[in-house]
Amino acid sequence: MSTDPTGTGASGPDDVQPVGMQRKGLFGVTDSGDTSGFGGLVQAAPTAGEIVSTPEPLGGYFDEVVAALREAHGDEITRAVVVDRGELTIHIAPDRVADVCKTMRDDESLRFELCNSVSGVDYPDQRNRLHVTYHLTSMTYRRRVRLETAVGLEHPTVQSVTEVYPTADWQERETYDMFGVVFEGHPHLTRILMPDDWEGFPQRKDYPLGGIAVEYKGAHIPPPDERRAYK
Amino acid sequence: MTATENAADAYAAERDTTEGRVYTVTGGDWDELVASVDPVSEERLIVNLGPQHPSTHGVLRLVCELEGETVRSVRPIVGYLHTGIEKNLEYRNWTQGTTFVTRADYLAPIFNETAYCLAVEKLLGITVPRRADVIRVIMMELNRISSHLVALATTGMELGALSMMIYGFRDREKILDIFEAVCGLRMNMAYVRPGGVAQDLPREGIKMIREFVDYMPQGLDDYEGLLTGNAIWQERTQGVAYLDVSGCLALGVTGPVLRSAGLAWDLRKTMPYCGYEEYDFEVPTHNGADAWARYVVRLDEIRESLKIISQGLDKLEPGPVMVEDKKIAWPAQLALGADGMGNSLNHIRHIMSQSMEALIHHFKLVTEGFRVPAGQVYTAIEAPRGELGIHAVSDGGTRPFRVHMREPSFINLQSIPALAEGGLLADVIAGGASLDPVMGGCDR
Repeated sequence: MSTDPTGTGASGPDDVQPVGMQRKGLFGVTDSGDTSGFGGLVQAAPTAGEIVSTPEPLGGYFDEVVAALREAHGDEITRAVVVDRGELTIHIAPDRVADVCKTMRDDESLRFELCNSVSGVDYPDQRNRLHVTYHLTSMTYRRRVRLETAVGLEHPTVQSVTEVYPTADWQERETYDMFGVVFEGHPHLTRILMPDDWEGFPQRKDYPLGGIAVEYKGAHIPPPDERRAYK
Repeated sequence: MTATENAADAYAAERDTTEGRVYTVTGGDWDELVASVDPVSEERLIVNLGPQHPSTHGVLRLVCELEGETVRSVRPIVGYLHTGIEKNLEYRNWTQGTTFVTRADYLAPIFNETAYCLAVEKLLGITVPRRADVIRVIMMELNRISSHLVALATTGMELGALSMMIYGFRDREKILDIFEAVCGLRMNMAYVRPGGVAQDLPREGIKMIREFVDYMPQGLDDYEGLLTGNAIWQERTQGVAYLDVSGCLALGVTGPVLRSAGLAWDLRKTMPYCGYEEYDFEVPTHNGADAWARYVVRLDEIRESLKIISQGLDKLEPGPVMVEDKKIAWPAQLALGADGMGNSLNHIRHIMSQSMEALIHHFKLVTEGFRVPAGQVYTAIEAPRGELGIHAVSDGGTRPFRVHMREPSFINLQSIPALAEGGLLADVIAGGASLDPVMGGCDR
């Protein structure tokens, strides 16, 4: 996969049922063994829909953070603002991430000095299915905020924030390694946890758990899901 | 060893590559190697340390570029212990997740479990009973002590203070014995569960904890007697591996390393969880920002943890240790039998011969698990190595949609080049040890 950094190629066998998508039935029984009727149940994936903003005011420090961000970058910078379970998520465009982070770090009313975590989430039912989340902490004001951006498989490019938060270096490498998100401006975007010549992006939802035969000193080890039933 | 033998041994050969000549050192042959290298033409030597090396703190590989004994650059390479814990979680139900996360940072299993369970509980919107919170705090602080003891022991070993290793592991053993008495396992206990803890503290366990709290201060004094005044220890750690506050923040370094630089940032105080705001303790800091300061901060943190444990034992009031909601609470109960920890016979009697509903609940929860409303949360706790964060996403199903662990070992290891470049090779080891990385957590 190293020759195909965009990762648009197949990343695993086609017959693997992705998790987290539309669910059918209970206990996996759909044939005549199903006497309950639950086998016919179809549940849409709740992650498939568009992201809906929480109506403002948001309460707490959330309004202040969003207002400061909009003041610096204009109203369009926030694609959606979601408050859920007492946490603020600001959805932004993938090509504005570094600019926004710089404001988040330097603006006197924001002061998010610490970038705790950068990681990815794959929502296979969405058009822009690869999400990248940034968890920022303001030690000055003792606040937390989550930035989120989404890209599609055909152009999975996000601005790198390593210039603003050097700690994002390895975390962006991990996100690239696991999801195939390309961080533009990263000094050396290579795999970090998987071997350098690994093919595919393991944390994508259409990538199987196991399913990969491993060769070790000439012996082929079958994938774990062929050793035991995991359905 | 003759030249012909050398050529036959694939692991002791030297060969020419496009990058230059490559030598493999297997131990005991260093003099032979140095004799064959011309110091004038080979000013720059690249030494590959690890991934299997006794002083790299686990399967960490460091590629060091040396000029004489001065380190010009260090490139840490990780991933040798990657086990796909985050991916595996997506194929198990939410409760089973604790058995996976506990294996990430194997020196701080209780922290992994607690951070994960706090995330699940936040997604569910439930709060755990008070007794469960107190037990979690006691177990976490015991775990913090055991983890810091390993940090002291391995740092001692890597810097040549082998007695410290023996004493550190000896006293850690006492904590592992407590864990064994409480939950049947010494490591990877899966003791903290969504909704509470797996079982109540046994009376024997409380007695052992009290004995340990009485015993440990003497042990700490012994370590100080062994190391603090020791001239070699001071030389090896003072002024070594310097990283100041702005460096820590830029590189995302938290925990004892950040506090050793003078910033009293401890999530137990700044963003309390599990009722830490009720406990009376200090956040030790130091202004040294070096390996010595980290050693001092860790020792002081053990003392503070002992204070918290004593207060926790006093706060223990009778009550449930798992949420009342039978649609969430893990039904299986464990009990200590003649042959060790196992299924509680009372519980088996209850589901098999007393209550059909209990049997159904048991079956549904154990086979399928509970559903968690869709959404995402981030919870963070103060682990022995710094901020341990869990980003958990649910799609409304019985299994996690995505769980990401913000592992302090992974983040802190990035700072090795900043700590070590420009220093001596021996200080790379002291600096790496002072970060106390655990590769199981780093690579997950």
